[in-house]
Amino acid sequence: MAKKPQLAIDTRPWRDPAAKPFVRIKNVTKKFGDTIAVHDVSLDIYKSELFCLLGGSGSGKSTLLRMLAGFEQPTSGTIEIDGQDMTQVPPYNRPINMMFQSYALFPHMNVEQNIAYGLKRDHMPKGEISDRVAELLALVKLQDYGKRKPHQLSGGQRQRVALARALAKRPKLLLLDEPLGALDKKLREETQFELVKIQESLGVTFIVVTHDQEEAMTLATRIGVMNQGEIAMIGEPTDIYEFPNSRFVAGFIGSANMVEGVVTEDEPDHVRIRSAELGCDIYVGHGVDCAPDQLLWWAIRPEKMHLSREKPEGLNGANVTRGIVEDIAYLGDMSVYQVVLDSGKHIRVSQTNSVRGNPDAITWDEPVFVTWGDNAGSVLTV
Amino acid sequence: MTTAHEPTIPPPRRLRPWNAVERRLAKVGISGRVLVLLAPALWLLVFFLIPLAVVFGISLTTKQFGRPPYSPLLTTEGGTVQLTLHLNNYIRLFTDNLYVAAYLSSIRIAAIATIITLLIGYPMAYAIARSPDRWRNILLMLVILPFFTSFLLRVYALTGFMRGNGVINQFLGLFGMPPLVMMQTDFAVYVGIVYTYLPFMILPLYTTLVKLDTSLFEASADLGARPLRTFLSVTLPLSLPGIIAGSMLVFIPAIGEFVIPSLLGGPETLMIGRVLWDEFFTNTNWPRAAAVAMAMLVVVVVPIMLLQRAQSTMVEK
Amino acid sequence: MRRGWFLPIAAALGFAFLYAPIVSLVIFSFNESKLVTVWSGFSTKWYAELFKDPQLLGAAWLSLQIAAVSATMALVLGTLAAVALVRFRRFKGRTLFSGMVSAPLVMPDVITGLSLLLLFVAMESLLGWPQGRGMLTIIIAHATFCTAYVCVVVQSRLSDFDRSLEEAAMDLGASPIRTFFDVTLPIIAPALVSGWLLGFTLSLDDLVIASFVSGPGSSTLPMVIFSKVKLGVSPDVNALATIIIGIVALGVLGATILQLRARPKKARP
Repeated sequence: MAKKPQLAIDTRPWRDPAAKPFVRIKNVTKKFGDTIAVHDVSLDIYKSELFCLLGGSGSGKSTLLRMLAGFEQPTSGTIEIDGQDMTQVPPYNRPINMMFQSYALFPHMNVEQNIAYGLKRDHMPKGEISDRVAELLALVKLQDYGKRKPHQLSGGQRQRVALARALAKRPKLLLLDEPLGALDKKLREETQFELVKIQESLGVTFIVVTHDQEEAMTLATRIGVMNQGEIAMIGEPTDIYEFPNSRFVAGFIGSANMVEGVVTEDEPDHVRIRSAELGCDIYVGHGVDCAPDQLLWWAIRPEKMHLSREKPEGLNGANVTRGIVEDIAYLGDMSVYQVVLDSGKHIRVSQTNSVRGNPDAITWDEPVFVTWGDNAGSVLTV
Repeated sequence: MTTAHEPTIPPPRRLRPWNAVERRLAKVGISGRVLVLLAPALWLLVFFLIPLAVVFGISLTTKQFGRPPYSPLLTTEGGTVQLTLHLNNYIRLFTDNLYVAAYLSSIRIAAIATIITLLIGYPMAYAIARSPDRWRNILLMLVILPFFTSFLLRVYALTGFMRGNGVINQFLGLFGMPPLVMMQTDFAVYVGIVYTYLPFMILPLYTTLVKLDTSLFEASADLGARPLRTFLSVTLPLSLPGIIAGSMLVFIPAIGEFVIPSLLGGPETLMIGRVLWDEFFTNTNWPRAAAVAMAMLVVVVVPIMLLQRAQSTMVEK
Repeated sequence: MRRGWFLPIAAALGFAFLYAPIVSLVIFSFNESKLVTVWSGFSTKWYAELFKDPQLLGAAWLSLQIAAVSATMALVLGTLAAVALVRFRRFKGRTLFSGMVSAPLVMPDVITGLSLLLLFVAMESLLGWPQGRGMLTIIIAHATFCTAYVCVVVQSRLSDFDRSLEEAAMDLGASPIRTFFDVTLPIIAPALVSGWLLGFTLSLDDLVIASFVSGPGSSTLPMVIFSKVKLGVSPDVNALATIIIGIVALGVLGATILQLRARPKKARP
């Protein structure tokens, strides 16, 4: 894998091996009968992080969240929060609050009563409760809605009440299960930024479960991609997108062209991969932990490739192949070209439409050359 | 950001009284779960299941004078316990024509009445299910309302309706028609069963019919099926669980019906519930009544199982 | 779909069939004449007659007491049974338990009545309890079959229940018992009310089971009505029926209106 740039002053505790994690999930496994929902997951989450668990349905992300909240007991493994073992602590004694996917607002209580519910359970004095409720209503901009019942609110308002209620007890850790899942697209985009703002201003650690990769990319400091009960990759959004560690992650996040190849040159500073599918060699400008003749995969994002009519000057006699434009999807800011290679393999190449109404743009059925840089793709061994 | 550890978790909270109660119970191995299950389970065991066993036991004794009016099952004589079983009640059930005829006629009357109820109830349930939303709840309430009013009084209302000089015959008289004899016939019993059990038929039918997606009918029509064809090949099969559940809800209690045959039926209307009643109250032959009950139970077991299956498929949908 | 005439007409005839006898019964309760079928002028004298009949009033009072107590017992037992069936996914004897809960719904009354009577007699000779038969044995019998009805009503409400509401309460620091009283109970309350009402009316209505398990001097209202009805149609029974039907109709109407009002309205845009 390529070296990541190191910043001089790093504010990201996960890059500091000496940093103490706030939430430590150790070898947690959860079985329901014979099915394994979560398999041997270990995960460290640091203070003030906004950590996203990203995965499809049935990937185990929700089960993991429910184990953090205490609604499910791990079959094996431990969960520590701030150094304390939480495995045996019932949900009502955990310093954690959760925002539910369905919001789970109590239908028989009004907005104020919903928000005050957790505070009453802590026997907070009445005056303090009403102050705190007012403060939270202001935070989520619902000052005038305190006396309404949940069914008198819109979806977006309910979502904000649920957030306010979950924040009322000032938890150190907030779990959010698909917090924006029930909102329509436009509202979702607005709310995303609001959520991040609230998280940053309160300094609360957020763990968000989502199936929406765009949402995860926007919100998260780090993302844990889950697949079939296991963590496939943990990393910052750029790592996950630019440096996927497996074919699953490369294919799950964004779109990627993936080809099979065989290692023909294995040097400390570069490798060369022969790919019949691609119809050319791939020259990779860094060392890869592999053996000669090993079968592996190479993945590249559509926007990392370039189309041209003339054959560009050979880059070490590799990284260029030819094909015919089969289809073009015009998206406004860019166009996605579907190119069929000589081997019959289809690849997708996106090109920015930087010239307005370009009459000279590459069009249907044109033979084209596809090129890419030495470090544009990822070499994947699993 | 500092990496120093700061204590953020509050010390364990003061125990609330409820928590203390829970803990104390948990210590002796009683969780809330066990208590919740145990109370109804024990009650039903003692007052539902065991009574059926007692009925079976007493059906194997014989009538005698005294209190209780049946021979003991177990007798102790000189230190030995003796179990005496009398099969004569069951033998009588099969040999005495009265009982055989009563069973057969109960099943016949219940079956015919169930079919009539289905034929009347299905269009009603279908009409309610297809009615506009604002009507639906009112119509449903109109179906449920008689169910809440006294069963006995509704049967009584029918007698006022069907008597020789009742409402129907007075109405017919207006047109110069001769009065019909309806009371004290099997016909009156059919009307009585249909009348009192109609809500039991309509409700499960409505539940299945209302869940049917209207696009199914549109799809069927779109594919060229006429309304009748659509009904036969789409609606009817899909509402089968409701048909079975509704039919069984009418059929099972109708078999054991006592009030309807004794108020509406004639002396020759034989139904097993009435036979059991007479055996018990008139002849005070408790063992015989118990045997009749056991045989009735055998008759209704299969319909009960059908009902349970239909209900579970209705729930799954 | 094209609407034909068949369904509305069939439904209208069906409803006419359901209501015509009741309506005629109500009308004739206001008849002057003792002959129930010949209209001879408006009168409320049969209602006055009703309140002079000590046997009827006594039976009505007994029935109301029995209905209230047995409906309350059935409410507790049926709710517990429903919670067990909906919330405890797997436990030993689940099939037997669910069978025991639902079988009384369809068990012919004569069997239920006979079996309970035989049980009470056997228990009395073995344990010396219950001594004789009367109000107590009727209450036990009614509580048993009403439990099944309450259970069905509560069960359907509980299975619609969003479990995350309870989880949310626990997440906010409420213990399981606290959660039950703060969240679960208020939300299933309408089902509990209708379950209780159902039990109450079923108990008030029962003739067969009560006839088996009652003792001398404890005749319930249906038992008294039945003995009157067997002698033929009488106008005071019409009056009594009208009162009962009126009360029930008002009750059901009220409950329906309450439920419609409690139902969440559509969210505002």
